[in-house]
Amino acid sequence: MRWGVAAGGAIGVALVPLVVLSAPTVVTAQTAEMEQGKRLYESQCGSCHGPLGNGGRGANLAQPRLRRASDDQALFNIIRRGIPGTEMPGSPLTPRQVSSIAAYVKTLGRVEPEDIPGDGRRGEAVFAALDCARCHTLGGRGGIVGPGLDDIGARRSAAHLREALLDPEASVPSGFLQLRVVTKDGRALTGFRVNEDAFSIQFRDLSGRLHSFWKYELDVLEQQWQRSPMGSYAARLTSEQTDDLVAYLVSLKGAQ
Amino acid sequence: MKTLVLMLVLAAPAAAQVPYARILDAASEPGNWLTYSGSYGAQRYSTLAQINRDNVDRLQPAWIYQIRSLQKFEVSPLVVDGVMYITEPPSDATALDLRTGRPIWRYRRALPEGIVTCCGQVNRGVALLDDQVFLGTVDAHLVALDARTGRVRWDIEVADYAMGHAVTVAPLALQDKIIVGIAGGEYGIRGFLDAYDPTTGERLWRFWTVPGPGEPGHDTWSGDSWERGGAPTWVTGAYDPELDLLYWGTGNPGPDFIGEVRRGDNLYSESLIALDPDTGTLQWYFQFLPHDVHDYDSTQVPVLLDAELGGEPRQLVLFPNRNGFYYVLDRVTGEFLVGQPFARQTWALGLDADGRPIENPETIPSTDGALVYPDDDGAANWYSPSYSPQTNLIYQNVREKGGIYYRADATYEPGKIYMGASRRGVTGEDPKGFLRALHPLTGDLVWEVEVHSPPWAGLMSTAGGLVFSGTMEGDFFAADALTGDVLWRFQTGGPVYANPITYLSEGRQFIAIAAGSALLTFALPE
Repeated sequence: MRWGVAAGGAIGVALVPLVVLSAPTVVTAQTAEMEQGKRLYESQCGSCHGPLGNGGRGANLAQPRLRRASDDQALFNIIRRGIPGTEMPGSPLTPRQVSSIAAYVKTLGRVEPEDIPGDGRRGEAVFAALDCARCHTLGGRGGIVGPGLDDIGARRSAAHLREALLDPEASVPSGFLQLRVVTKDGRALTGFRVNEDAFSIQFRDLSGRLHSFWKYELDVLEQQWQRSPMGSYAARLTSEQTDDLVAYLVSLKGAQ
Repeated sequence: MKTLVLMLVLAAPAAAQVPYARILDAASEPGNWLTYSGSYGAQRYSTLAQINRDNVDRLQPAWIYQIRSLQKFEVSPLVVDGVMYITEPPSDATALDLRTGRPIWRYRRALPEGIVTCCGQVNRGVALLDDQVFLGTVDAHLVALDARTGRVRWDIEVADYAMGHAVTVAPLALQDKIIVGIAGGEYGIRGFLDAYDPTTGERLWRFWTVPGPGEPGHDTWSGDSWERGGAPTWVTGAYDPELDLLYWGTGNPGPDFIGEVRRGDNLYSESLIALDPDTGTLQWYFQFLPHDVHDYDSTQVPVLLDAELGGEPRQLVLFPNRNGFYYVLDRVTGEFLVGQPFARQTWALGLDADGRPIENPETIPSTDGALVYPDDDGAANWYSPSYSPQTNLIYQNVREKGGIYYRADATYEPGKIYMGASRRGVTGEDPKGFLRALHPLTGDLVWEVEVHSPPWAGLMSTAGGLVFSGTMEGDFFAADALTGDVLWRFQTGGPVYANPITYLSEGRQFIAIAAGSALLTFALPE
């Protein structure tokens, strides 16, 4: 694997040559470095990237792979030198301070390991039986109405995935907006937003078809926040099947 | 229970949106632009004529899409069924809604450190086939994206970027295969052309443009020089479906400017190669420039034309070469038919009866410096020519600029520049640039438009009697395809390093061009 910041990994070790005296010393050094990194992140980076790295004026850093920082060295270099042509400035911090920020940034997108009670192999069979691929892409196949699932286990916790199955409208992905539109010539469509500006809106209907409308062409443009086209599976799965399906989804870490 | 009702209509058809048959018959749907040069014959000509010489002076901007990169924006967009697919430098892709110019999806690639590309981290566009979008990357991968969402289907390594390989070329989609060339001729790579399975990303064949031991042509390289022989394939070729031949230009031998370390003709550098697309085997080649020492990559777009020549119908390929000569070859056999300069050139005293150049030894890079026209940016380059069947003219943007070349050392190290000269510009004169219309069977000049600087813009001609071009000063303009009169111009605010295209949106004709950091579209007032 040449690119892509792994979700886990040996945080900081690759960036800062620590003097390894004994295992506990290393752990202490890493902890101290992480604390320093967190403090520096909050003071130096958080105003643009958000306190939890969720982004704002700056990029969202709370994801398992960072677009511009494909490896540890790239992340270090970006923090040190900035990104020319963008608002990301360079930093006068010392190399050690930069390393500690980088180590902390890498934790922002990490999904913590959890105990998963289910059986992923059985979960795969549940996934197939429910025809989840009708709406979700996995391995290049499937529908596009729902989120792609190739690396869902690297992006979402087991608890989140369980909730998404049992009560989808409690955990609609941020940015997902269901829409109902009625055109001036009387067509009614339900779908979700792809993009929008002051004068136009692009959305997909629930068959996956893309539509682009000027807003003056619409009689109704109804936003349905926290609505999801995915029904609850609470009544359709046993608790064991739910555990198995969650275990399967958690195992989907993407191509690494 | 409303959600259950909704679920009944969720079945998403996995439509083969752009099957091979559509690309094959691209001329029957001029409202779309389905492949790099508009059609496999690579004429970059459109039968659309709503915008024409009588009304083009009313052409006005429709929408503009801006990119964030400051790298050269060399994309040639594709358009199909209401969506425009572009690449953005260095190796990103975006789908734009044709009605509004608003993004539908974005693919943003994480690149590793240490990428080397001689001439900018650029990309010239995508290929479409069935329901997928294919993108090459400067870290020398080929990526297949879901055309509906931009999600990655597969991502494979074409070659090792750390050795100087990069994929900047727009891939070419043929039946059941994606053709991909490689860049890196300034880094001592060994060039090749590849075909990949569109479904799996598996490599189907590789044609080495520098033959290995035991292969025909290997003896045109002295010693082990073939291992670093260059001959990259970084500009999209053409395809003749009836002959079932794939045509592709090859670049300079390495090191660019030093010949004695690679004595011989250095096949198949500086050539047009014709391959069987099913197997990748060589059917014929024509080497424009044996043993090049001027870095005149013959990586231009080959233009296919059927015409009568010498009293008999011929299947031809037209090739305005970076070296300043205009060539006409028989595309069945590779036979040399015509060659004459279309730009100022001093490196050759002429061509012999077989089209082999008679080189001028005074232009070979030397310790004292040797002056040559054109310089290594060439009289032409990667940007596209255009042929109009309406006017029976071929259009070419022409650079007339000299350079003085001083010998330098070239010691091969993986991933390091391997060229062997330093260049100084010529003082006391302005370099020149032209849009030239040539007779397609002779290369004779019919008309020209002089521009301020040597251009990097490609061309497109239309049945509206127009040819579109751009300048380094940011002008995008339309000339009368018969006379060269400039009928319309627009200041885009940034240099044009791209090829124009045209398409229909909701029945209206649009023209699109990348300039500076913007993708601009133009239409007549509604």
